[in-house]
Amino acid sequence: MSEVPNELKYCSSHEWVSSVDDGVVTIGITDHAQDQLGDLVFVELPETGQALELKGECAVVESVKAASDVYSPVSGEVAEINEALMDSPELVNEDPYGDGWLFKVRLADETELDNLLDADGYRAAADI
Amino acid sequence: MTMKTVLNELHRASGGRMVSFAGWDMPVHYGSQMEEHHAVRKSAGMFDVSHMLVVDLAGERVRPFLQYLLANDVARLQTAGKALYSCMLNEQGGVIDDLIVYYFRDDAFRMVVNAGCADKDLAWIQQQAEPFAVTVTPRRDLAMIAIQGPQAREKTLPLFAPVLAEAAAKLSVFNATHSGDWCVARTGYTGEDGFEIMLPEAEAPAFWKALADAGVSPCGLGARDTLRLEAGMNLYGSDMDEQCSPLEAGLNWTLAWEPESRDFIGRKALEAKRNAVDNKRCVGLLLEGRGVLRNHQKLFADGVEIGEVTSGGFAPTLQRSIALARVNPDVGEICTVEIRGKHVPAKVVQPPFARKGKACINLEGE
Repeated sequence: MSEVPNELKYCSSHEWVSSVDDGVVTIGITDHAQDQLGDLVFVELPETGQALELKGECAVVESVKAASDVYSPVSGEVAEINEALMDSPELVNEDPYGDGWLFKVRLADETELDNLLDADGYRAAADI
Repeated sequence: MTMKTVLNELHRASGGRMVSFAGWDMPVHYGSQMEEHHAVRKSAGMFDVSHMLVVDLAGERVRPFLQYLLANDVARLQTAGKALYSCMLNEQGGVIDDLIVYYFRDDAFRMVVNAGCADKDLAWIQQQAEPFAVTVTPRRDLAMIAIQGPQAREKTLPLFAPVLAEAAAKLSVFNATHSGDWCVARTGYTGEDGFEIMLPEAEAPAFWKALADAGVSPCGLGARDTLRLEAGMNLYGSDMDEQCSPLEAGLNWTLAWEPESRDFIGRKALEAKRNAVDNKRCVGLLLEGRGVLRNHQKLFADGVEIGEVTSGGFAPTLQRSIALARVNPDVGEICTVEIRGKHVPAKVVQPPFARKGKACINLEGE
């Protein structure tokens, strides 16, 4: 059964968003998403400093099976990326809510977080 | 209506992630495609390939019929149990399907064809067989299990009935033996040693369980695809189809031109193109930059489009991305691949990429 931690917020497109820490949130893909994708072999991340649009394509996760786009759940600027994924994309499979995080965003508009799903909402949207 | 093999419930009980493939409900993996791939390269894995169709051919004129039907020449099959890989072509020289044909007796041959082509193959074979008075019998009553890997044979042999075990132990590569409705062939689609076994459906679940108890890992269609890609083996529908001739799919080696007097379906069309200088080539690609090669990505050299990836993916044995590609004949040693708008360099190599547990190509830069 896929984990959906209660303390995170979610998009129906399977990204998770951490709570705000000094204007910055951490973003990744959900346990359900990594499980559906299968073994990840490549992750393409945005560049630090890059401006992200709300719901814009900003990263790609590729499993042995297929490539899948990641959409930014918020707008803002990329504050940091998870460099460890360059050599170890499997971290996303092993620890999607921890070491497998994708990137951090300095929020342009904190009220966007209010439009995200809570854990129950995501479970319903993802049918898990 | 999705079809199910006799092993379907066992796949589900072992955590198989089921997908629809060619109308069949099949396991794509049982948890990790990557681990299944490594199991086959390092020890032993098993695949349910019961969705493929076994077709028995009987009659006095089976051999001349197959010499007409297939682009490879069954005259090469002279000892009982010998197998041959061949394309079955249409009149235009396009590939209707690729298959393995087995010789049992002068009046009995067997073919194994792809699941996705089974219906059209059967219709075509029956149509062509009529003038030869050959009886065509699809054997949906048989299941098929492939056991592959360096330990595949030693783990499988003790599970056979004694008579079959003795015969199977002596099989050389690309040969089969049978006992009743059990047929064991030393063939495969992974680049590893092993068996492909055809057996009565009713006996398949117990045999699958016995294999699992012997330490053979269940493997899904996902690993089957990465293994065959590393082994440089074509996949019907991706690397060739009815619009593509064997000449442009790296399958020249399967065309038996001699004797010249043998008239096979598609021969005339192929002969006209046999020495054409603009025939495309099938090559291997090793991605040098970051990313993953995928089917239909476009290839470039000096800014000019020169071909496309026909099957691409990640090679677990090499930990690199590889592909089979159809390219212009004058392709050099490198090209670029368009991946999401970026041009990423790739080295042109000769498949296979990996067989017998090891890389077959140089992974270092020049």
